[in-house]
Amino acid sequence: MAYFLQQLINGIALGMVYGLIAIGYSMVYGIIGMINFAHGEIYMIGAFVSIIFFTLLGMLGISWAPLALVLVLLAAIVITSLYGWTVERIAYRPLRGSFRLAPLISAIGMSIFLQTYVQVTQGAKIKPLQPVITGGITFTDASGFTVTISWIQVLIVVLTVALMAGFTWIIAKTPLGRAQRACAQDLKMAALCGVDVDRTISLTFVIGAALAAVAGLMATLYYGVIDFFIGFLAGVKAFTAAVLGGIGSIPGAMLGGLVLGLVEAFWSGYFSIEYKDVAAFTILVIVLIFLPTGILGQPEVEKV
Amino acid sequence: MNTAIRAPALADRVKDAALAAFVAFALLAPILGMETVVGPDGRLTLAFHFDLVALGVAIVFIGRLLFGGLVAGRLAVRREGGPISRFLSRYSTVLGAAGLAFAVALPFLPFSSRYVIDVATTVVIYVMLGWGLNIVVGLAGLLDLGYVAFYAVGAYSYALFAQWFGLGFWTCLPIAGLLAAIAGILLGFPVLRLRGDYLAIVTLGFGEIIRLVLINWHEVTGGPNGIADIPRPSFFGFPFTRNPGEGEIAFHQLFGLEFSTMHRVIFLYYLALGLALITNLFVLRIRKLPIGRAWEALREDEIACKALGINPTNTKLTAFALGAMFGGFAGSFFATRQGFISPESFTFIESAIILAIVVLGGMGSQIGVVLAAAVIVLLPEIARELETYRMLFFGAAMVLIMIWRPRGLLAHREPTIRLARRGGAA
Amino acid sequence: MKTPILEVEHLSMRFGGLIAVDDLSFTAFKEDITAIIGPNGAGKTTVFNCLTGFYRPTTGQLTFYGHFGPVLLERLDGFRVPRHGLARTFQNIRLFGGMSVLENLIVAQHNALMRASGYTLLGLVGARGYRQAEAEAVERARFWLERMGLLERADWPAASLPYGEQRKLEIARALCTGPKLLCLDEPAAGLNPRETLELGELLVELRDRHGIAVLLIEHDMSLVMRIADHIVVLDYGRKIADGPRERVKRDPLVIKAYLGETEEEELPPEVAADLAAAGRGA
Repeated sequence: MAYFLQQLINGIALGMVYGLIAIGYSMVYGIIGMINFAHGEIYMIGAFVSIIFFTLLGMLGISWAPLALVLVLLAAIVITSLYGWTVERIAYRPLRGSFRLAPLISAIGMSIFLQTYVQVTQGAKIKPLQPVITGGITFTDASGFTVTISWIQVLIVVLTVALMAGFTWIIAKTPLGRAQRACAQDLKMAALCGVDVDRTISLTFVIGAALAAVAGLMATLYYGVIDFFIGFLAGVKAFTAAVLGGIGSIPGAMLGGLVLGLVEAFWSGYFSIEYKDVAAFTILVIVLIFLPTGILGQPEVEKV
Repeated sequence: MNTAIRAPALADRVKDAALAAFVAFALLAPILGMETVVGPDGRLTLAFHFDLVALGVAIVFIGRLLFGGLVAGRLAVRREGGPISRFLSRYSTVLGAAGLAFAVALPFLPFSSRYVIDVATTVVIYVMLGWGLNIVVGLAGLLDLGYVAFYAVGAYSYALFAQWFGLGFWTCLPIAGLLAAIAGILLGFPVLRLRGDYLAIVTLGFGEIIRLVLINWHEVTGGPNGIADIPRPSFFGFPFTRNPGEGEIAFHQLFGLEFSTMHRVIFLYYLALGLALITNLFVLRIRKLPIGRAWEALREDEIACKALGINPTNTKLTAFALGAMFGGFAGSFFATRQGFISPESFTFIESAIILAIVVLGGMGSQIGVVLAAAVIVLLPEIARELETYRMLFFGAAMVLIMIWRPRGLLAHREPTIRLARRGGAA
Repeated sequence: MKTPILEVEHLSMRFGGLIAVDDLSFTAFKEDITAIIGPNGAGKTTVFNCLTGFYRPTTGQLTFYGHFGPVLLERLDGFRVPRHGLARTFQNIRLFGGMSVLENLIVAQHNALMRASGYTLLGLVGARGYRQAEAEAVERARFWLERMGLLERADWPAASLPYGEQRKLEIARALCTGPKLLCLDEPAAGLNPRETLELGELLVELRDRHGIAVLLIEHDMSLVMRIADHIVVLDYGRKIADGPRERVKRDPLVIKAYLGETEEEELPPEVAADLAAAGRGA
């Protein structure tokens, strides 16, 4: 039972990270109907900016964890968002209305470019981070098993829930959210009604990147090591989460992330750790085949 | 982009360029400017490269000042192939024949050496992979990001069949192709009904699944260590060895030559060339058959295809299976050439390279693929230090080409049949 | 007595809460040009999409008397419909833009050519039977190109044709599948008056000379009223009138629902009188 609980906790924390990345996929898909393949790399850049700023702050002598954390969070969000914005501006905006495969190929090119860019500038070696937050809450059950909720896991859950709440408010109540929902319905019509479509799409990428930056920071804290390649797997898994939850649906992305995180935690806990990535891909294939609209997605009627 | 309407004042342009430079600074400063280095005590420290950041910012500023607004505005208009593309397609037969003659003569040209032939063999394999993937991406318009999986299936099929059943290369070649095609069908059957972008990510996932299985299924695949001692090919039963086994005749004995290790190298080169040519002939031929036209039609409009009675799933499946088959052929050639294979050779980056060849060459263009493959393989050969920068360049090139010429650099398409010369094209 | 070619019985199509087509029944005859008219959003295109297998109807039976006898369309996958002899065009033209005009017409004969090419195997070795089949396919394409006046354009990329010619090409392509019934979704949209006139002549010719029944959705009333033998009127997914042209023309419900009150002054006097009578009765 304790073991089960431990896996449950690990799964939830992991799932929240996936969910944060998945929202970026889902939003972009909802608004312009493309898969932003470079989104995984944006997450990776978020992780790198975090680790770079932790190191920088360490060198500057700022070692009080809460302050360092807030500063790094801000830096990661600002710089990663700027990356998200630039990617859209350079690689996707000129291709709106181009032929079907063009944005996809451009996105893959962007993904390769960003990955190699970090590899070249930061080196291919893995980067270890000195633990910033340590410890946690430990419970011991009757049979002597212990369950640990680390402070990092607590932070992940709290921060994710807070972000989700703020984010839901933005979508539901603000003019930006309204513009976004309008664009998701019909880009052309939204433009005709005076919505600044370019700006709305840009902001969508910025928000997606900001959430990915938070996810990157969390993953850096959680795992303690990163390298330039982490964006690939995380990207595919988060995409799986987005599809599982119903692509285009934001609560769906979070839900999908949680399901995927739990499946992965229990899979590695009870079956084999080697095949945990295979599990994620298998879920993706199964979902796409049997439940292509996901759990919370809207059925898509083919427009003839 | 409304700057394009009237020539903006210099002050505006400077302001715009300064803004771009500021963005560039914010982007470059952390990642390029501060390199995380693991220090002697195992902790991270930073190495600063602000000279490079300054250089990058300066380039962006000047570039933006000179060409601001042009990049997205004007380049995007040119969709059709330019004069080079038209030239290449008009003289494609002549160029193709000249290229072929060069390829055949290569081992006997004065500058030829073992190194040159080795590199040329690699180019030819990539050409073949490019042509194979072109069936799927260029003709059928299906984005396959896991093509390397079929390459791996081919390579491992050959290695395993040779190891376990002692089968020779020529027996294994068709088996490898067949198994790769079956893998293509097994993957394609459930997923080809999906939208194009879903298909892309599923194939990517499939490529990873195959690689993870290869790594983790130690008993069969040897895990991360791979499979060594894969039998080398023989000249139709005559091995390339100095001292052939009992009752065997070696290649050099057969032709009364002095033994030389070059024989095998040259033979492998011709083998690759032969396989590539078969691929090419096959593609040229099938383009003019109903199935090939149906692929292109599907690429253009799937709904219209359905309304004309074309079964989209089966049609895509054929493209997928045939593309996979050529990947499988190339894979078994790869295995016999290397004599050793491991999962490391079949990563996503390999799929990305093959896709880059197809995209840069112009989807559907045969000669374009040859040129792109040559560039991609030769670039790091010319300067070793370019190896890491290679993917940087290709990533950027893929984006730029999609913006500039979405149908690829060489995108002039010849109809598969013409009314003017009746039946002449068939 | 006319022979039915298509019988629609109790067709309904629901998208979530929206009822696009509500209990529609009508019969199209082999010797007729049948027109489905109705205001925007009346469910006309949905009917087409149900007929051609793009949508699976919620309820209803669609019997088509095709090349191999009667067949229930609602049970077929979309791509199996054309081989029974039902071809369609689209409201927003769907050509294979990058392929040549001729290739578009050859692709339309895909299934026959596939068989002739021995499902590619015979074609790969260049068998004579296949070359002959291809030559025949080209001949058929040439015939329709000539009829449409597109012969000069045969080797052009389809996307480079002007709009009117693209419409013609799409119809030619549908005809190359060898249909018994041709379904046209707003074929006159975007055509100039002369082109519309030619289109009318073509449809009449198809009916009279080639024995191809026509089912069309059209907004251009002058065209419908000139050539349609039989008119079905939809409004909000329901059928409000069905019958020979002359009768439908005078149906007060049609005039009210479709033409709308604002156009009253343009109505022929006898229709306006009918309408007034209907209004008093209600």
